[in-house]
Amino acid sequence: MSETKKTDAADAVVPQQAVAPEDRADSAKGSGDREVLLRVQGLKKHFPIRKGVLQRQVAAVKAVDGIDFEVRKGETLGVVGESGCGKSTMGRVITRLQDPTGGTIEFEGQDITSLSVGKMRPLRRDIQMIFQDPYGSLNPRHTIGSIVSAPFRLQGVAPEGGVKKEVQRLLELVGLSPEHYNRYPHEFSGGQRQRIGIARALALKPKLVVADEPVSALDVSIQAQVVNLMDDLQSELGLTYVIIAHDLSVVRHVSDRIAVMYLGKIVELADRTSLYEAPMHPYTKALMSAVPVPDPKRRGAKSERILLKGDVPSPIAPPSGCRFHTRCWKATEICKTTEPPLLELKPGQQVACHHPENAADQAPQDTVLLSAAREAVELVIPAQSSPQESEASKEASEPEAAEPVVAKAAAEEEAPAEAEAEAEGADDAAEAETEAEEGDASAETEAHEAEASADAEAAEVDASVEAETEAAEVDASVEAEAKSDAAEADRQESTDK
Amino acid sequence: MTELSKTGAAVGEPVSAPSDAPSTFLEVRDLKVHFPTDDGLVKSVDGLSFSVEKGKTLSIVGESGSGKSVTSLAIMGLHRLGARGKNVQMSGEIWLDGQELVNADPDEVRKLRGREMAMIFQDPLSAMHPYYTIGSQIVEAYRVHHKVDKKTARKRAIEMLDRVGIPEPAKRADSYPHEFSGGMRQRAMIAMALVNNPELLIADEPTTALDVTVQAQILDLIRDLQKEFGSAVILITHDLGVVAEIADEVLVMYGGRCVERGAVDEIFEKPQHPYTWGLLGSMPRIDRETSDRLIPVKGQPPSLINVPSGCAFHPRCPYADLPKGDVTRTVRPELQLVGSGHYTACHLSQEDRTRIWTEEIAPKL
Repeated sequence: MSETKKTDAADAVVPQQAVAPEDRADSAKGSGDREVLLRVQGLKKHFPIRKGVLQRQVAAVKAVDGIDFEVRKGETLGVVGESGCGKSTMGRVITRLQDPTGGTIEFEGQDITSLSVGKMRPLRRDIQMIFQDPYGSLNPRHTIGSIVSAPFRLQGVAPEGGVKKEVQRLLELVGLSPEHYNRYPHEFSGGQRQRIGIARALALKPKLVVADEPVSALDVSIQAQVVNLMDDLQSELGLTYVIIAHDLSVVRHVSDRIAVMYLGKIVELADRTSLYEAPMHPYTKALMSAVPVPDPKRRGAKSERILLKGDVPSPIAPPSGCRFHTRCWKATEICKTTEPPLLELKPGQQVACHHPENAADQAPQDTVLLSAAREAVELVIPAQSSPQESEASKEASEPEAAEPVVAKAAAEEEAPAEAEAEAEGADDAAEAETEAEEGDASAETEAHEAEASADAEAAEVDASVEAETEAAEVDASVEAEAKSDAAEADRQESTDK
Repeated sequence: MTELSKTGAAVGEPVSAPSDAPSTFLEVRDLKVHFPTDDGLVKSVDGLSFSVEKGKTLSIVGESGSGKSVTSLAIMGLHRLGARGKNVQMSGEIWLDGQELVNADPDEVRKLRGREMAMIFQDPLSAMHPYYTIGSQIVEAYRVHHKVDKKTARKRAIEMLDRVGIPEPAKRADSYPHEFSGGMRQRAMIAMALVNNPELLIADEPTTALDVTVQAQILDLIRDLQKEFGSAVILITHDLGVVAEIADEVLVMYGGRCVERGAVDEIFEKPQHPYTWGLLGSMPRIDRETSDRLIPVKGQPPSLINVPSGCAFHPRCPYADLPKGDVTRTVRPELQLVGSGHYTACHLSQEDRTRIWTEEIAPKL
């Protein structure tokens, strides 16, 4: 993450054959020392909206609007967010399928931001993509053999033992039969087609594979097969993945680190455990609390749930300051005016928020909640009694959710103990220590937060709610209009394509 | 049809006297929906029985091609409409509030559709007419069943749009479907489905195309509306998370048949069928961290033209060789009672199932 660590990486072991699935937890910890494969800085992608006879640009859809991140060798970076947050565009820009509007992309230290098509071609070997739609991404008129061997032809690579043999080896690698060589895509099911897409992506032994929703079009059981396959291939071939997905459960399963995107920005970037156990950004928290848990017993135990109201604002005219302030329940004046920077508040956890959860408030002086904040979310507190109920009612004024966090909050005093218990499972003693520390810290901040929000509560009572509601409504209608514009723009774009 | 009657003996457990009207609100008995095609007879639904009480939610779970959607369309009587009664073979009974639907006059069914039963589809954009405004489509749905003037109907439409949480309903009623976002469209569709206060609501993958945050909104909405109107809900989904969130009862379908059915707690705590285990093992969990591999069901879902003999799941079942002889390959298992209200169709003995679940599967989940 930090610069010093990066320079250390020169003598770090390149995890070619390493990283067995079981070691993933460790590898995530150790990934700080790994070589940076891809570095993205200030990346922007704006799609112009043109109108009139002169096709003058009147606005732009800011699909990706200034994001920074790194991908290290051998790790899996998960990217999540709602539809329209720019995650797919980001994937297409870092593979240079689309040209960025601004910012830089460095691959293995080389700036590839504005390489020409010809200069980019040799690099295409190292950066490959797996697409979402296994039906749309295979040419129906080509046989599987010609689809999977296309990369060899295009790159002029002659694999050892001939192209056909290599293709058949690849087919076997992804769990298909070599006899499928002469068949056509329509003869295969969705899961099998996705495997073909994976075989094609792996043909040239890429270093980086960007997978855009690789399993979302598949059935649950097939989804698990493909997830396992990608896992195995990573450990066998030392692949680095950027996996873009909207399914937070899948992302939790496959990723070492996760970036959460909202309206073209990364709002939180953290390793898997920190993100899911103690999300800092309110959006991350809301997103996670919305995921249905496949356990009916949790229905009652779930003490609170954050229900975000409404839809994502339009990326044409994103809200000022923090983009999430229109839907956030912690939003204050500063959120409206100042954009929060992406800061590393805890080792390995970056967040862009003025009032993060599970961390010290970044703008403690600013405690007056925006009027919209109160209405931004609806808290679902089930009537059933749960062990945390007393706690929950005490906290009712303070919006809390996502039960891992609630569990932590509820056990404020016991936090260190809990952290220790958690760490018991971990092999690493050092890890245990840091986690215990984290537990302490989070307990403290939790208490601090409770105070802050109590203040805010008092202040808020004064505010006249009704007037603001009206204002919010007007806002909403403007937004809706902007939205339909965006939809139009989108359509235009797709027809252009 | 003659072919159907031959296999007609294979029926789920609760069917004892198929001709008398049931006491439950919706009861489906030995439903079969077959489509003759050039390649052979597609047995989309092949002997399915279940019932739903008012105020309860039944979730039908299964992979694509397991017959979930065909079942819901059969209940709505939409198969015959599309195929003009020629290209679909249906048998069995569907009782809705004391009225049998499979053999009923299509005009009678049409009167019920919308008023007694309504449906929410997966993709609201293609389920709505792009040429008419949201409001006018709801007005139409209301006036089909109520003799009221347009003004009253419009008032009712706006009231419904408001109820499902669409801001400025009076203004948005004049919008076209494409002007709505995915979540708003789904809300509008729910408003349209509920405008006549139907007593049965069928939701076919209502949230699959939506983001999790919107999904949570829609699920809550469906739950609230169900409480308010006391309707029976059939929710078709492949997401076990959604099932755990909203269902009272679960029906797991495989190859056009029910392989397991029971209360939601039973299904998640003591699942009895290897396919249900497979579904649970395939799901990555958001609520816990595991670096272990998922435990997928191997192989592909079966073709509904050549459904495997015996137990349809046997080619994919890791325990198919456990029962003695080749019973799994030759005999189709019937639903049997394995717990209170909990049925499963599996040849494994009760002891084997309990042992495999508690020792082999549950610890890995």
